[in-house]
Order: sequence, then C-alpha cells, then structure tokens
Amino acid sequence: MLSLPFIQHALLAGTAIALLSGLAGHFVVLRGQVFAGDMLSHVAYAGALAALAAGLDPRVGLFASTIAVAVGIALLAGKATADDVIIGNAMAWVLGLGVFFLAFYTTYRATGNSTANVTVLFGSIFGISGRDAALAAAIAAGLIVVLLLIARPLLFASLDPEVAAARGVPVRLLGPLFLAIVGATAAEASQAVGALVLTGLLAAPAAAAYHLTNRPWVALALAGALAVAAMWLGITLAYAVPALPPTFTIMTIAAAEYAVAALIAYRRRQRHAPTRNTTTEPTSVTS
Amino acid sequence: MTTELNWNLVDDIRQLLSFHFMLNALRAGTIVAGVAGAVGYLMVLRRQTFAGHTLALIGFPGAAGATWLGLNTAVGYFGFCVAGALIISALPRRGAPNAGLGGFSEESAAIGTVQAFALACGFLFVSLYSGFLNGLNSLLFGTIIGITDQQILVLLIAGAGCLLVLILLGRPLLFSTIDPEVARAKGVPTRLVGTAFLVLLGVAAGGTSQITGSLLVFALLVAPAAAATRLTAQPAAGVALSIMLALLITWMGEAFAFFSPYPIGFWVTTLGFAAFLLATAYRGIADRIARHPPIPYPPRRVLSGSAGR
Repeated sequence: MLSLPFIQHALLAGTAIALLSGLAGHFVVLRGQVFAGDMLSHVAYAGALAALAAGLDPRVGLFASTIAVAVGIALLAGKATADDVIIGNAMAWVLGLGVFFLAFYTTYRATGNSTANVTVLFGSIFGISGRDAALAAAIAAGLIVVLLLIARPLLFASLDPEVAAARGVPVRLLGPLFLAIVGATAAEASQAVGALVLTGLLAAPAAAAYHLTNRPWVALALAGALAVAAMWLGITLAYAVPALPPTFTIMTIAAAEYAVAALIAYRRRQRHAPTRNTTTEPTSVTS
Repeated sequence: MTTELNWNLVDDIRQLLSFHFMLNALRAGTIVAGVAGAVGYLMVLRRQTFAGHTLALIGFPGAAGATWLGLNTAVGYFGFCVAGALIISALPRRGAPNAGLGGFSEESAAIGTVQAFALACGFLFVSLYSGFLNGLNSLLFGTIIGITDQQILVLLIAGAGCLLVLILLGRPLLFSTIDPEVARAKGVPTRLVGTAFLVLLGVAAGGTSQITGSLLVFALLVAPAAAATRLTAQPAAGVALSIMLALLITWMGEAFAFFSPYPIGFWVTTLGFAAFLLATAYRGIADRIARHPPIPYPPRRVLSGSAGR
C-alpha cells in the first residue's frame, strides 16, 4: 500500500492537513466558533466554484474567499448583532451563489472535467497529484508554525479575554489573525475531505479531546493526534475497501472518536456525580 | 427546449404550464411552500432554525440511500427526517435549546459533527450508486425536473397531515413556545408538544428538501418566516404572511429557473434572502420612526439631559 504513489501523496497532504485541522479545531471549539467554521465551509464551496467559473485554479478562489470572509467575520463580531436566523439565511444564500457559479461553469467552461463539482463538495484525497500534495503540506506546515507561535497568547485570550487584554495581550489582533488561520485551514481541508465535510474534521477530534481531558495543552496535542489518526485510519480503510470513498471513512472515524470520547466522559461523570452530590449537600445545609 | 421569455406575461405562463414536468414542479412547490411557511413560522418563534437545517441534512443520506436501493426518494427524505426528529427530541437537553454563534460550544461541536457525518454518509450512498453525479446536485441543491405524479401524491398526503396536526396542536404549541413555564404550570404537556413539533418539522424539512435540496432549506423554511416575524407581531397574520411569501418565492424561483440557465437553488435562496433583508430593513426604519416621532421642537434629548441623567 505504501509503495503506491497516490497513497504516498494522500498521506503526505492528509497528515499535514489533519494536524492543522485538529490544532485549529481545538481553538475553534474552545472559542465557540464552530458555526463560523461552518460558514467558512459554505464560503469555500462558493469561492472554489467562482474560481472555476472564472477559469482559475480552484485553490485561488478557496484561499481568497475563506480568508477574506474570515477576517470580515472577525471584524464584524461584537459590532453587529447577528442572530442564528441572519447567519443561516446568509449561509444558504452563499451556497446558492455557489450553485449559480456551478451552472455558469458547466454551461460555459466545463471541458470534460465534470467531476470538479463533486471534488469541491466532497474532496478527493486519492486524486491529489505529487506537486499539489507537496504544496498543500508546505502551506499546512507554515500555518501550523504560525498557530503554535500564537498558541500561548491565543489560549489566554480565549479563556479569559478581559484579563488577557489587561495583561497586554493584543486580543483585538489575535481574533482576526486566528480566524484568518481558520479560513486558510478550511481551504486546505476542503482539498482533502471537501467543503461540506470539513466542519466535521475541525469539530469532531477537538470536541473528542475536550471530553477526554481538562488540561488545555494536553487537549491541543490530543486534538491534533486524533485528527491525524482519523486521517490515517480513514485512508487505510478506504484503500482496503475500494467501495468506500476516503471522505466517508475519514469522517466516520472522526465521528466515532467523538462518540467514544463522549461516552467515556459520560461514564466518568456518572461515576463521580453521586459522590459530589453527597459532599456538597451537607455543606450547603450547614451554611 | 424552445421557450422564450417575452413581455407578454400571459404567454409566459402558458408556456410554463404547457410542460407536464413544470406543472408537477409547481404543484409540488405549492404544497411544500404552504407547509414550510406555516411550520417555519413556528420554528422561527421557537428559535429552532438550526434543528430544521440539521434535519434536512439528515434527510440527504436518506434520499441518496433510497436512490441507491431503488426506492422513491420521498421515502428516504421523510423516513430519515422524522427518525432524526425523534432522536433529537430524545436527546437530553442541556444549555440553550438552539445553538447560535458563540453559544454552548460543546453542543455546537456535536451538531457540526452530526451534520458532517450525515453528508459523508450521503456521499457514500451516492458513490455506491455509480453514475449518479447529476442526481447528487439535485439532492443537494434542488431541481424542478423529474418530480413524478406519485411523488406529488406522497407530498400531498404528508403536507395535509402536517397542516392538520399543526392546526390541532396550534394553541398549546403557541402557548408553550411563548411562555413555557406558565404553559407547564397550566398543565400543557410541553415536552410532548415539543416532540410532536419536531416531528412536524421533520416532515416539513423532508418535503422542502425535495424542492430546494437538502442544503438550501433555509430559503423556504426560514427566510419567509423570519421576514414575516419582522413585518408583524400577530401570530395568525404572521403565519398567513409567511405562507404567502413562501408561495411567492417558490413560484417565482421555479419560473425563473425554467426561463434561465441557472438552477432553482440559486433563485429561491436569492429571493428568500432578498425578502428577509427587505423585511429587516423595513423593521429597522419603522422602529426608528416609532422611537423618534417627528417632533421638531423642543428636542426631546435636550429635555431629558436637563433632567439630570
């Protein structure tokens, strides 16, 4: 299996993208920005198809649209009051725009490459060429370095923004910078698992790690490790059973990780809950 | 297809209705829009919009699986959406019932995972059923072509049942939506009513998906209802307005999709979003006028300032 070039490319790109998604996803879950990630996945679809309709490389549209919208979300956050109805409607309209570009592309530009739409929606990690894989891995590595450099102040700012700001952490700068990284992560991840599934790759390993430990640095490392494990197992499973597409196997393993972690946390709470109740109740009565 | 849009509106409509598939699309659209407008209004009041979106996404693997197995897609949509509604209502509820931006982060992570997993499962069924690439787009983004007479019958039965239950449920549902504590104290079984409403929402989401596709249910299920809540505060008028807007968006979307090369998914989302933005802008302006009635002199702000604020 490892001697096949397409598996090597998939593992090279997949490992880097999964590690980036897991690490970025940790902060996304911690900061409660999963729906911003969801929004970015919709934008990634529209952006990639807009680039295809304009005759460009879809990656140009992916990165340009996701990073621009991510910075826009970060700058608007706190100023505008956006409720779920506004966000949901805007998200549906962005996807509708993607469909518009898709129709434009298939009417005027499709030259034999009619699977482009499915690739953007659901990714094709087994179809990545050697050059593309190296490029994706290099971009992911760069983003991981930036993320690790700002990890410490970002964690501080995520857990307690007021105190962090008082201590001189540039909270206002970190928010947009982080969301820009998430935007670039969305663009990277959509090359592996597609625009529709990338929210799962961001959220599932990070949420699983969040269930398994309370310590933020352990959770960060665990989120990265779980995402990479999902990617490796998913690629292996998709190779072993050719009927299963890799996007499905990767997402299934990630969802299973989350389910198992939630179950473990639930069992742990069940075991600890009665003792905690009996110790707190007498004290509340005496006080 | 030799159809042409011209300025003779009667001729345009005659062209539209001369195709059987278009007639079926309009019939199905009318049923779906009526249900979506009514159920969507209560969904927006109950702040369960993302539950509706999640249910529609759960319907996607159902429809794709039904196609793979050679069943009617309607069976898959309704089966999975209703099953999803029952599962969601059985889950223990923690924190806020809806997960908005910056809400309880763990719950939104769970929702994101479930949605992505549902889409991945749908993709699995699509790729198991090879040679289905065009069908994928119509499942995700809607279509006006290929709605069968049988499908309309299923939609009609489901839609009529849905509206009937909604009418029977109307009063306790509205009560427990607006003031759950008082409703519970008055003996309204709020939990049961909530479950019944989620099942209705599943039926509405499953039906809407067949017109707008699984990804774009917001266009019919949320946008008209949200626009209606911004235009009127009265529930009865709101439901009527929401249904009217949904019908208008569906009919116009289907007609535009017929005459243009762009698909219905683009038109209904654009029309829905435009209706929502116009209604929001109207509300903003109306509120501003109500808050600052045009009294030229003496300026009110000066008076309140001199009162020692």
